[in-house]
Amino acid sequence: MSATEWPLWEVFIRSKQGLNHKHVGSLRAADATMALENARDVYTRRSEGISIWVVESNYVHANDPSDSEEFFEPSDTKIYRHPTFYDVPDGVKHM
Amino acid sequence: MNNEALFRYLLRLGDDSLILGQRLGEWCGHGPILEEDIALTNIALDLIGQATSILNYAGEVEGKGRDGDKLAFLRFEHEYTNLLLLEQPNGDFGDTIMRQFLFDAFRKPLFEQLIHSGDKQLSAIAEKSLKETKYHLRHTSEWIIRLGDGTEESHQRIQKSLDNLWRYTDEIFMTDSVDEELTKNGILPDLSSIRSIWEETVKSVFAEATITIPTNNWKFEGGRRGRHSEHMGYILSDLQYMQRAYPNMEW
Repeated sequence: MSATEWPLWEVFIRSKQGLNHKHVGSLRAADATMALENARDVYTRRSEGISIWVVESNYVHANDPSDSEEFFEPSDTKIYRHPTFYDVPDGVKHM
Repeated sequence: MNNEALFRYLLRLGDDSLILGQRLGEWCGHGPILEEDIALTNIALDLIGQATSILNYAGEVEGKGRDGDKLAFLRFEHEYTNLLLLEQPNGDFGDTIMRQFLFDAFRKPLFEQLIHSGDKQLSAIAEKSLKETKYHLRHTSEWIIRLGDGTEESHQRIQKSLDNLWRYTDEIFMTDSVDEELTKNGILPDLSSIRSIWEETVKSVFAEATITIPTNNWKFEGGRRGRHSEHMGYILSDLQYMQRAYPNMEW
């Protein structure tokens, strides 16, 4: 990346009321105002959303993929953490 | 009221959108960055969409069986009545943004007032187009400020764009018997009221952008009467090529 290139931004779109903002991609922009407009132009031209968040990619912290073993694997053996050991009474609907 | 004035006005309104949309379309694939390339093409598509509704309606008003496509593709140069400003070449990115800004700052108050037009169809077209135009104006205003109040080079270049294009702005507000008749009949707002809103917008944006309105008095006009600059023929040869080469083709 050259020194004169604009910073990278991550774009999150809420597709409709009640749903979460979802990560849809990234783009370059000089500041937050431009990032929001670029996101509008690049990611919502086909009515994909009703709300946009942009976050400068620098501020997103990610775990190191080499840590996967200690981060994620321990939970694989703990099936009791899933609520699958309950008997659902017959009268309960919509479960 | 006769339909002739309404027809001629709709052509002006439609041709403005059509020719500027065609011009902006030339940026497709050539934008300074990918994001702005898409932004410019979105604006171009909005304008072509407006031209479609307006020219289709013009064809209805005329009542001679011409639809929007026929009006867009099969007239001669002197029958197009767009503003000269809009047929000016894209130049550099600043020239394109300045041309667009000067137009958007006019179109927004125009559509705001056309919503109250006595002509229902025109009012509906204005209502839909206003939402698009508000965004265009916001986008171009921000660019004018960024470029004007940016680096020394961007400041000089956007000032030069304004110096070149300012002489085409008087034409935006020139009126003739077409406008007068429609204003009298409650179809069109009074253009002089829109001019004061336009002046306020451009002055405040230029102040923030630290650029100055040139003082030269040389003004161009003629587009509304079908007298165009030398650029118009090239635009039309691109625009009309398919219909001229393959008459009545559809796709």
